Amino acid sequence: MTSLLQVRDLTVQLKIGADLREVLTTVNLEIAAGEAMGLVGESGSGKSMTAKAIARLLPDGATVSGSITFDGVDVLALSGADLRAHRAQVAVVFQDPRAHINPVRRIDDFMGESLRILSDVSKEEASRRAADALEEVGIDNPAKRLRQYPHELSGGMLQRVMIATALLSEPRLLLADECTTALDVTTQAEVMAIMDELRRDRGLSMLFITHDLELAGAVCDRTCVMYAGQVVETRAASVLHGDPLHPYSAALVDARPDINSTADRLLAIPGRPLSAFEAPSGCRFAPRCGYSTDDCTSHEQEWLELAGGQVRCGRAAELRGTLRGGAHV
Amino acid sequence: MLQFVLRRLAMLVATLVAASFVIYGALYLAPGSPIATLTGGRTPPPEVLLALETRYHLNEPFLVRYWLWLKAAVSGDLGESIPLHEPVATLIGERVGVTASLVLLTSLIILFVGIGLGIIGGLRRGGVDNAVLLSSTISAALPSFAAAVVLQFVVGVKLGWLPVLGTGTGFSDSVKHLILPAIALASTSVALVTRVTRSAVMEEMGKEHVQTALSRGLPYPGLIRRHVLRNAAIPITTVAGLTIASLIALAAIVETAFGLNGLGAYLVQAAMNKDFAVVQGISLVLVAAFVITNVVIDILYAVLDPRVQLGSRAQ
Repeated sequence: MTSLLQVRDLTVQLKIGADLREVLTTVNLEIAAGEAMGLVGESGSGKSMTAKAIARLLPDGATVSGSITFDGVDVLALSGADLRAHRAQVAVVFQDPRAHINPVRRIDDFMGESLRILSDVSKEEASRRAADALEEVGIDNPAKRLRQYPHELSGGMLQRVMIATALLSEPRLLLADECTTALDVTTQAEVMAIMDELRRDRGLSMLFITHDLELAGAVCDRTCVMYAGQVVETRAASVLHGDPLHPYSAALVDARPDINSTADRLLAIPGRPLSAFEAPSGCRFAPRCGYSTDDCTSHEQEWLELAGGQVRCGRAAELRGTLRGGAHV
Repeated sequence: MLQFVLRRLAMLVATLVAASFVIYGALYLAPGSPIATLTGGRTPPPEVLLALETRYHLNEPFLVRYWLWLKAAVSGDLGESIPLHEPVATLIGERVGVTASLVLLTSLIILFVGIGLGIIGGLRRGGVDNAVLLSSTISAALPSFAAAVVLQFVVGVKLGWLPVLGTGTGFSDSVKHLILPAIALASTSVALVTRVTRSAVMEEMGKEHVQTALSRGLPYPGLIRRHVLRNAAIPITTVAGLTIASLIALAAIVETAFGLNGLGAYLVQAAMNKDFAVVQGISLVLVAAFVITNVVIDILYAVLDPRVQLGSRAQ
C-alpha cells in the first residue's frame, strides 16, 4: 500500500508569549490513497494541531521538526505558489461552519471561490458546479441557497455547504476537524453519512478528527489514538475496540457506556488529560495508567509494531488481551 | 431598501425639527439682545425700539416666533442678518462652498491616509506597525488648532510652500489655500481612523473564515482584499463616517485659524455679534449636514453587511 501522506516524528512547538510550548511530540501517521484514518483523543491532545501542520496552517512563530510528505513532496519545505497548490489539494472541513464561512459573502461566492480563482472556471460554470454539489449533499433548491448569505442557513446546512465546497475543488485528502461536533445528533448522523458516501465515491483519503471512538470506528479504516501530543496507538478500526494495544486506548473504549447493558457507574480514567508541554518524561500516560511500572516512567516509550498496528507502550505485547474491562482503574 | 431609505429620511426630518427647536430655544435664552448690538449699546428712542421689535418679531411670544421662523425656513428663507441687512440664505450660500471643500479635502486625507496606514499597520508586525502606532499617537495628541499653528509656521512661513491665510481665487489657488487647513483638521481624526482600521484588520486576520480561505490555497492579495478588507470595511465605515460628520462642526476652529471665509468661522463671528438669524441658519445647515452624513453611513452599513436587516425597524 503506497501512502499518500506520511508524517514522521513530527514535533511542533507554538510560541506562547515569550516561550515555546510543545504541542506535538514525535507524531507518526500514515494515510494511504483512498484510506480513512480516524484521529481520536481528549481535548488538547494535539489532534487539530496535527491537521493544521498537515495543511500548513500552524500559527506564526511555530517551530516544526520531523517530516510531512504528501504524495512524495516535502510539505514542510513548501512556500509560495507550491504551498498554495498543496493547500488546494488538502481540503479542510472545520468544526464550526458559521465561523469558518465569511458572513458577508453569498454562498455562491464562497463555494465557487477557489474554482474561479485557482482553476479559471467561469462564474456561471462555478455556480453550476456549486449547485450540483449542493444537490449531492442533499440540499434542496440549490439555486436559492446559492443566493443566500451564511446567516440565513442552519448549522447543519452550512456544514453540508462546507463539505460540498471542500469536495468541489477535487482535493486528494480531506481533513475533517470535528466536523460534526457542533451539530445536533440527528443532523450529525446525516452529515456524517453524506460525507462518508461522497468520500468513498471519489476514493478520497481522509483524516477524520473526532472525540468519538465509535464514530471513528464506523467511518474509518484505521484509527489513531493521541494522548498529550503523541500518537499512542494506530490500529485497524475494526479491531481497536475489541483488541486495544495501549492501556489508554483500552481505557477510552471502557469509558464509553455500552448501549446494550446498564452500568451503575461509568468507567472514567483517573486524573486529568495533560497537554504535551506539561507531560512527564517517560510514558506520558504513566501517571494515570493502572499498569505503569518504574520502567514506564524512566524510559521514553518506543513506537513499536505489534499485531498489524503500532503502539507506544513497552508492555503492550505482554498486556495484550487483558486490558479491557476496567482493569486499569 | 427603498423603505429603509424612506424611514431614514423621515427620521432626518424629525431630527431637524427637534434640532431647530433646540437651536432657536437656546438663542432665545442666551443673554444679550440683538437690538443692543444693532444700536451699538445706546438706548434708542421708544418708537425706534418698537419699530425694530416689530420688524424682527421680537415682541411676539416665543412659540409664535419659533413658528414664524420655522415656516420661513422650510421655504428656504432663513431670515435676515440684523447687523448686515442681508438674507441669511445668501450669506450662507457665499460661504458654504469653502466649508464643503474643506470638509471634502479633509475627508479624502482621512480616508486615504487613515485607512492606508491602518491597513499597513494591521497587516505587518514589528517595525512598520510600531511606526504607524507612534505616528498615530502623535497625531492624535495634536489638537487641530495646535497643528494649524505649527503648519502655518513651518510649511507656510519657514518653507514658504503654501499660503497660510485666506481663501484664494480660482480652482487651483483655492485648493492650495485649503491644503494646510485640511491637514490641520485631519490631524486628530486621521489617528482615530488609523487605529480603528488597524485593529479591524488585525481582528479580521485572526478570524476563522480567513483561515478557511487560507486553507483553500487562495493567493494572498486577493484573500486580503476579499476577506480581510471587505469585512473590516464594516467597522471602518462606522468610524470614518462619524469622524467625517464631526468635521463639519470642527471646521470652525481651522477656518478661524487660517482666515478662511467658511461657515464655521462665520458662525463664531455671528454668535459674538448676537446675529441670531445667522447663528440659527448656520446651525441648522450644520445639523442637516451631520444628520445626512449619518443617514448615508447607515445605508452604506446595510450595503456592506448583509446581516443588517433593512426591513426591520430602526431601534
